[in-house]
Amino acid sequence: MAEPRIIIVGAGPAGVRAAEALVAAGVRPVLLDEGQRDGGQIYRRQPEGFSRTPEQLYGTEAGRAIALHRSFERLKPQIDYRPRHLAWNVADGVVHTISEGKPGQFAYDALIIAAGATDRLLPVKGWQHAGVYSLGGAQIALKAQACAIGRKVVFLGTGPLLQLVALQYHKAGAEVVALLDTSPFPRQVMALPKLAARPGMLLKGLRIVGGLMASGMAIHRGVTPVEIHGEAEAGVTGVSVRLASGEIRRFDCDAVGLGYHLRPEAQLADLARCAFTFDARTRQFWPEIDADGRSSVPGIYLAGDGVRTQGADGAEISGALAACAALEDLGRSVPDAPRAALRAKARVMERFREGIAEAYPWPAGLAADLPDEAILCRCEGITVGELREAAKEKGADEVNRAKALTRVGMGRCQGRYCGHAGAEIVAAATGMPLEAVGRLRGQAPVKPLAIAAGEVQP
Amino acid sequence: MTGGTRSDVLIIGGGIMGASAAFFLRQRGKSVTLIERGLIGQQASGTNFGNVRRQGRFLPQLPLANRSRAIWGRLNELLGEDAEFLPSGHLRLAYTEEMAGRIEQYGRDARPYGLELEMLSGNVLRDRFPFLGPEIRAGSYSPLDGHANPRLAAPAFGRAAKRAGAEIVERAEVLTVEQEGGSFRAETADGRVFRAEQMLITAGAWGSRLSQQFGEPVPLVVHGPQMAVTEPVPYGLEPVLGIATTIPEEIIYLRQVKRGNIVFGGGIRGPASAETLRAYVKPENTLGQLSQITRIVPALRRLNVIRVWSGIESYLPDDIPIMGPSARIPGLHYAFGFCGHGFQLGPGVGDVMAELIATGQTSTPIEPFTIARFANSTTNQPGGHP
Repeated sequence: MAEPRIIIVGAGPAGVRAAEALVAAGVRPVLLDEGQRDGGQIYRRQPEGFSRTPEQLYGTEAGRAIALHRSFERLKPQIDYRPRHLAWNVADGVVHTISEGKPGQFAYDALIIAAGATDRLLPVKGWQHAGVYSLGGAQIALKAQACAIGRKVVFLGTGPLLQLVALQYHKAGAEVVALLDTSPFPRQVMALPKLAARPGMLLKGLRIVGGLMASGMAIHRGVTPVEIHGEAEAGVTGVSVRLASGEIRRFDCDAVGLGYHLRPEAQLADLARCAFTFDARTRQFWPEIDADGRSSVPGIYLAGDGVRTQGADGAEISGALAACAALEDLGRSVPDAPRAALRAKARVMERFREGIAEAYPWPAGLAADLPDEAILCRCEGITVGELREAAKEKGADEVNRAKALTRVGMGRCQGRYCGHAGAEIVAAATGMPLEAVGRLRGQAPVKPLAIAAGEVQP
Repeated sequence: MTGGTRSDVLIIGGGIMGASAAFFLRQRGKSVTLIERGLIGQQASGTNFGNVRRQGRFLPQLPLANRSRAIWGRLNELLGEDAEFLPSGHLRLAYTEEMAGRIEQYGRDARPYGLELEMLSGNVLRDRFPFLGPEIRAGSYSPLDGHANPRLAAPAFGRAAKRAGAEIVERAEVLTVEQEGGSFRAETADGRVFRAEQMLITAGAWGSRLSQQFGEPVPLVVHGPQMAVTEPVPYGLEPVLGIATTIPEEIIYLRQVKRGNIVFGGGIRGPASAETLRAYVKPENTLGQLSQITRIVPALRRLNVIRVWSGIESYLPDDIPIMGPSARIPGLHYAFGFCGHGFQLGPGVGDVMAELIATGQTSTPIEPFTIARFANSTTNQPGGHP
C-alpha cells in the first residue's frame, strides 16, 4: 500500500499527540491548523516578539505546555504543517481549506479532527452589549495580546474556565469585581469522588479556588443571572444577579466574561456526516465515538475537546489513541501495551470529565426562564419571545424548523452561541423533551468564507 | 365504508403547491385533508432561492405565472401573514451579444402574454444599476417581478388553510394510494387511512412514487440547488439579478433581503436523495459560485459567505412540470416536478388546481404540462444524481 494520507485538523494537545504517534509509526501526516502557531487554545503561543514566561502564560500548566511545544518543534520537520489554514468544509474524502484568502484541497485516507472547543454560552438579558466576551475570548486577549477585556471585569457563568480566567485576570493586574458562578457549592462537593479520579488535577483546582479566595474579589456561587446592564454607545455598565440568599445585587463593571463550561466544535464532524448522539447529562448532542475516537464514518476519527470536554491532558491521550485507531484501520500494526495504558488513562479522564460536568452543570432552567425581551440570537437580533412564539403558535417544535421560521442560528455563528439555549427554550415552550427538539444541522462554511477566495484559481 | 378520515379532496404532499391548493380549495368550499410526510414547506419549497420571477420562463407558462404573480401581490391580505414578498424588480443579464439578442427576443415574445420587459444596455444600464460589473453587456428588466422568503411562504399557506378549516396532517408518510369504488384511499406508514372523492398529488420529488401506483410513472430525477448567503450589509441591491447563459458554470442568481443578507445560487446542481431526504452543497460548487458572483457585482468581493444549503428538487427531462388531471383516472390530479422553478408558480398552481378540482376546468392554459406526455415512460423511481 502507498503511503497513507492522514490529515489532522488542529494543532492543540490532541492534534500534536496524534501527529507524534503517526510520525512514530513512520507516517508523515498533514497537520492543518487555523492558528498562527501550534498549541491550540489552552497552550496558545504568544506572537513572535512577546516575552512573557511560560509560568506567566500557562500557570500551573507551564510544564505541560513547554513539553507539548517541544514535542511539536521536534515533529515539525517530519510532518506537513500548515498553519493559518481554516478547514471550512469536508466532503468526498477531501478537506477544503482557506489560507490567506486562497482555497486549498487536501485528500485523505484518514482524517483526525481535533478542532477543540468553544465556550458554551447562555444568553442573559443585555448580553448583546459591547464589552461582553466569552471566557475563551477573554483568555485569548490575555494570552495572545497581553491585554484585558476591560478595566473592571465581572466573570459570570460556571465551569473550571470561569475560575481559571478570573484568577489569571487578577494575577495579570486587572480589577476583577466579582466571580459569579451559577453552580451551587454543594454540587462541587458532591462531585468530589469523581474529581478524585485525578488527585493532581483536583489539587490544582483547589489551589485555584484558594488563589481566588485570597485575591479579595467577591465570589458568589449558586447565583441566578438577571441582566447585563449597558448602553448602546458606552457598552457594559454592570451586571445584576440574584444571589443564593435571594437578594438581587448589582456589580458595576465595564466588561463581562461569560461562559458555562465548553462545547465541542463539532461542525467538521457534522459536515463529514458523523452520527451524533444525545448526552442527557450535559444536555447536548455530540458526535458518537468508540473508546479510541472512531466516529460513525469509516476513516474519520475525533479527538480532544472537539468531541468530549476532558481538558488538555485528556486531549493528549485521545489524540494518540485516535492516531493508533487510524493506523490500525489502515492495516498498520499498533503495539498493544502502550495503547492499553493510554486506554486506561482515557477512562480516568472520562470519569473526571463527568465529575466536572456534575460540579458545574449547564443551568438548563435559566435558558427556559429567559424573559421574552432578551436577545437570544445575537447574530440575527432575534429575541427569546420570537422563538417562543414560533414554537407555541407556529408549531416549530424542532430546532431546525424554529431556525427556518425565526432565523435563530442562521447568522455568522450558526448557532454556536445561542443554539443550546434555543433548544432549551423550544423544549420548555412545547413540552417536548430536549432530545426530541433536536440539534441544529451544521452547514458549511465552518467559519465565514471570503467571497474574494473565488477570484483565486486553485 | 370502514373508518378513517373522509373529505372532498385529499392532497398528498405539503409543499407550496399542496398548501396553497388546500387554502384555495377551502375558499371554494371544499373539505380538504392535506397529508405531509414531514413539515409543511420543508423540502424544495423551503430551500429554494425565493425567486418570484416571470421573465425567462417557458412562454406557454406565462399565463400561469401571471396568475400567480397577482396572488403574490395580495398574499399578506389573503393569508394574514408576511412571507416577505418584495416586488423589487428582476434583472436578467447577458455577457455576450448572442445572449443579449436572446433576452431581447424573449422580451418581444413575452409581450403578447402581458409581460412587459425593458431592455437596457450600455450606459443606460450602468447608470441605472451602477453596481453591475464591466462584463455585463445588456439586461432585461422586469419591474413587477421580485422575491419572497421560501422559509415562510408555504408554512403561511398551510396555517391559513388550517384556519380556513383544512385538516393538515404533518409527519405522516403516505405509502399507498389507490382507487376504492368511486373514490380514493391513502394509507400512511403508521396505518392511518384517509378517503376522498378527489385526490391531488403534490409530492414533489416523491410524486412519481405515487403516480406510478395509478399506472402513470414519470421519469423524475432529483437534484439539490446550491444555495448560499452572505453576512448582512445595508440594503441597496434592489432587483433580483440573474445571468442568462448557456454555460452551466456561469449560471448565478442573487437577491438581497431587506435584512441585508445576499442570497445566491446557481452553477452545477448538487447531489440529492429522495431516499435519505438529504441534499448537499459540493464545496467546489460554492467556490465556483464565488468566482461568478463578482462578475455580476464586483463589490461583493468584500463580503463573506456565512452559510450554504441545499434541498431536494425534482426535474423532468423536458424541464417543465406535471400539472393537471390524470390521463387515466377521473378525479385524480397532479402538480409536481417543477424543475427548480416552482416557487413563483406556487400560489397560482394552488389556485388553478383548486379551480380545476372544484369546477372541472380552468381558465388558465396548462395543457403543455399534462402527465400524458410521459404515457410511454417506464421510469418510476426518482434516482439520486451526483
